[in-house]
Amino acid sequence: MKRRKSFSYAKYGYIFSIPFIITFLIFSLYPTIYTAVLGFTDSKGLGNTSWKILTDDPFRNFKLVLNNESFITGLKNTAAIWMMNFIPQMLLALLLTAWFTSRRSNLKGQGFFKIVFYMPNIITAASIAVLFATLFGYPVGPVNSLLLKLGLIKEKFYFYINKDVSRGIIAFIQFWMWYGYTMLILIAGVKGINPEIFEAAEIDGASGTQTFFRITLPNLKTILLYVLITSLIGGLNIFDIPRLLVPYSGPDNATLTASVFIYNQAFSGSYFWNRAAAASMILFVIIAVCSGILFFIMRDKEAAEHRKAVKRLAKQQSSKLKAQEAK
Amino acid sequence: MRRKSSLGGILFKAVAYTVLILLAILSILPFWIMIVNSTRSTFQVQQSAFALLPSTFLQSNLDVLLGKTFDPMTGFANSMIISVGATVCTLYFSSLTAYALIAYNWKLRQPFFTLIMAVMMIPAQITIIGFYKFMYQLGMTNNFLALILPAIAAPQAVFFMRQFMVASLPMELLEAARIDGSSEFFTFNRIVMPIMKPALATQGIFTFVFNWNNLFLPLVLLTDSEKYTMPIMVSLLKGDIYKTEYGAVYLGLTLTVLPLFVIYFLLSKYIIAGVALGGVKG
Repeated sequence: MKRRKSFSYAKYGYIFSIPFIITFLIFSLYPTIYTAVLGFTDSKGLGNTSWKILTDDPFRNFKLVLNNESFITGLKNTAAIWMMNFIPQMLLALLLTAWFTSRRSNLKGQGFFKIVFYMPNIITAASIAVLFATLFGYPVGPVNSLLLKLGLIKEKFYFYINKDVSRGIIAFIQFWMWYGYTMLILIAGVKGINPEIFEAAEIDGASGTQTFFRITLPNLKTILLYVLITSLIGGLNIFDIPRLLVPYSGPDNATLTASVFIYNQAFSGSYFWNRAAAASMILFVIIAVCSGILFFIMRDKEAAEHRKAVKRLAKQQSSKLKAQEAK
Repeated sequence: MRRKSSLGGILFKAVAYTVLILLAILSILPFWIMIVNSTRSTFQVQQSAFALLPSTFLQSNLDVLLGKTFDPMTGFANSMIISVGATVCTLYFSSLTAYALIAYNWKLRQPFFTLIMAVMMIPAQITIIGFYKFMYQLGMTNNFLALILPAIAAPQAVFFMRQFMVASLPMELLEAARIDGSSEFFTFNRIVMPIMKPALATQGIFTFVFNWNNLFLPLVLLTDSEKYTMPIMVSLLKGDIYKTEYGAVYLGLTLTVLPLFVIYFLLSKYIIAGVALGGVKG
């Protein structure tokens, strides 16, 4: 009797998944396959919808892209910008996490600092790009005015003419937008660690630094990996800021990234859909490898930790509701 | 314990608070300069672009700004339509999909969940060429539906909703509803959705902000200036037409950022709590 009942309800599992599956097939899977196929064709030109598979040399676009200096420059820039942003971002987030979660220091105003540090993350990246383009503007720009006022420079400095400075500014913006986010994730991770371990360390007389390096960090491994991979994937796709910050990607393509390269190939000039598609697929492979590593390492742990965190939220909400009802 | 934290403790606190306050200034200052400069005249900005106190040229900057291609009302309305539409789609259908994964025992349930986990990380940039060409062939460029409908399949949101349901959806309640003769669809709409409110609020904020801030897809799809979203409007501020109208550019930026500030300061508590859950993204 019971088995028949559960059998008859099983069809709703399929019915309720239909909207997701259909949308996924149309708007995700099909475009992905289409992009992959276009990488092997002669498709180009605005408004030109006809194309045919390259039969003489199917991998021509991939070869062209991989031998394209701009694309290689773009990949290198993307990697350099990501490294320059991620390492300081991680170090600062770890430091702040250690401070905010330390039982001894008991810093005041944590709520305020968390809100302020996370704020840049929620603001439109396009607006931030244009804002920083103006802030570092030349000849008229607040940073120039401030540096002159402080006597740090003698005459106005054209930031975006210098390749390293341009890349540095993009890395700085990324750092500035994301360290608050990383910090919040890490703090949540520390709070998820069993408090008894910390108590035991305290009883054993471990110093704050010892506790952090010997207990907190090893227990954060999974979350650090999660932050690393999600940041890497986001960093590989960085588009808004490099596209809007420096006109025409600066001197010698100093701030050209892989995504901007794809955009330029497809939506300007000769509208090379085929080359843009090939470049997308190369980027896709890089990202898939990164995701695969993440997926492999985190498949069990992450789900368990996430469930715990969601449960905490649910409990908070329900106790809040109860409190409201009691009123 | 307390005696020990004398000199070292005070020194640590002095260093820590100094760093924290400097970082807070770093977060606020760029936006502060933006707001202040949006009230200053071009001449004032040219004299010194760095000022901490507002001036009186807000109105004239506004006149200059609106006199050209920048149209914040259209951008605001378009962004609102897309963001609200996409958020509603994501919230409702992600809950429905998560419910299918939780409440029913079906053969492909586990493979389906694995698929959702696997495609969670694929970013839009990767498939844009195929997506654009496909939309072009359907004649759906410059159509907001091309930006709203894909939100029905949001793997991140399904994952989040599923985790919430596992933790806080009592299956006995659904059994009880069945015994009372409620149809499965009615149960989902009238019993499950209300229970999901906290998760819907958290996910809703992030989905909305993600769609509001999205530049890449709208920039590619929307070529008609009547259809421009806020981030596309922002990119116009960089063009030559506003080259020396510094006050107007700052004001334009302020206008695009303002709605987000309002959302953030009203809901920051939920947003901070939501970020801590990780994985919550558009």
